[in-house]
Amino acid sequence: MTLTATHELAIVIGGMPIVVRTDSDEFAAMLEDRYGSFIKPLAPSPQPPAPASQACLDIDLIPPRTIVEDEDISVRLESGRWIITRGDFRAEWDPRTSHGWVRQSANPYSIDGVLRILHSLFLAREGGFLVHAASAVRNGRAFLFAGVSGAGKTTLSRLAPPDAEVLTDEISYVRPCLSGYEAFGTPFAGELARIGANLRAPLAALYLLVQGPENRIEPVEPTEAARAVLRNILFFAHDEELVGLVFQSVFDFVARVPINRLVFTPDARVWELIV
Amino acid sequence: MTTYVARSKQVAARMLGGEMMIMSPRDTTLFNLNDVGSVIWQSADGQTPLDEIVVRLCAEFDVAPEVARQDAEAFVQELAGHGIMHVSDQPITAEPPRQEPT
Repeated sequence: MTLTATHELAIVIGGMPIVVRTDSDEFAAMLEDRYGSFIKPLAPSPQPPAPASQACLDIDLIPPRTIVEDEDISVRLESGRWIITRGDFRAEWDPRTSHGWVRQSANPYSIDGVLRILHSLFLAREGGFLVHAASAVRNGRAFLFAGVSGAGKTTLSRLAPPDAEVLTDEISYVRPCLSGYEAFGTPFAGELARIGANLRAPLAALYLLVQGPENRIEPVEPTEAARAVLRNILFFAHDEELVGLVFQSVFDFVARVPINRLVFTPDARVWELIV
Repeated sequence: MTTYVARSKQVAARMLGGEMMIMSPRDTTLFNLNDVGSVIWQSADGQTPLDEIVVRLCAEFDVAPEVARQDAEAFVQELAGHGIMHVSDQPITAEPPRQEPT
């Protein structure tokens, strides 16, 4: 794959940079537009080769082709390398060298899918995870709002008051820290079609979203909380060790983070409960 | 015949709120065990005969021995069917080879 590339862009999500390398001016411009504040500048040109420990992803652009939309995603470990395939891309990632490549057409969705999967793999060994949840920072603390499509993640994000910074309306990034857990902003947007604020904050609570006739917070049994969080975890790898680690991470999370049900009606007053 | 049961080492299990939650990493199926099931699960060390586990159940849950025995047998057979528990007429010292689904 590519040894030198015209463009090297460090996309930093959850504090973890992945340098994406491409020869295409158009694709590089698309990445800059798509990932905005999540792109950090590299050393000024002429750039030295990225060090071996730097996570790098080479892009191999191919012409667009007919995509089988219902083709399942597959993430499996073969001879120490992750083989990641979906209808619209094929990628490989070698965790020993932190290097990989993606073969895709020039579109933002394929690279976005690869980044989500790679971060889910990185987080699995750190006690963290990606979860289907909107998240926001208010008063210096982060709040997660978990739910499947239609639960109200984007609606709640749209209703966020000016003093709340939306980290994402779709996929939240959670990682343990000394004092508990931190939530990070992500560029993984849902219907809001807007990348999240590139911030991090200590996690105060997770709410399970349910739409209802009024706004209220209800307690949730720990087992129900664990089941709900597990249902919303993004993890694609067919790897028993990592699946087991994610399971344990969720239980650690449930034991340390307050989890309640947020019954809400699509009205900005719901944010009066989020303080 | 003496029956021995052993928890599979391939599963992830955690006690939460008095319930044992178990997930098979093979297919991510999630199992919730009630308090009786949790006692059987925690006792299933491969060395303790099922009869002895039934005695524990009778002492802890005030249940008739024959009922406890039938329930315990049905329970371990169900978990064995999901590949998360092993059943043998010999003490179980090692994880039996996995039977892949056909």
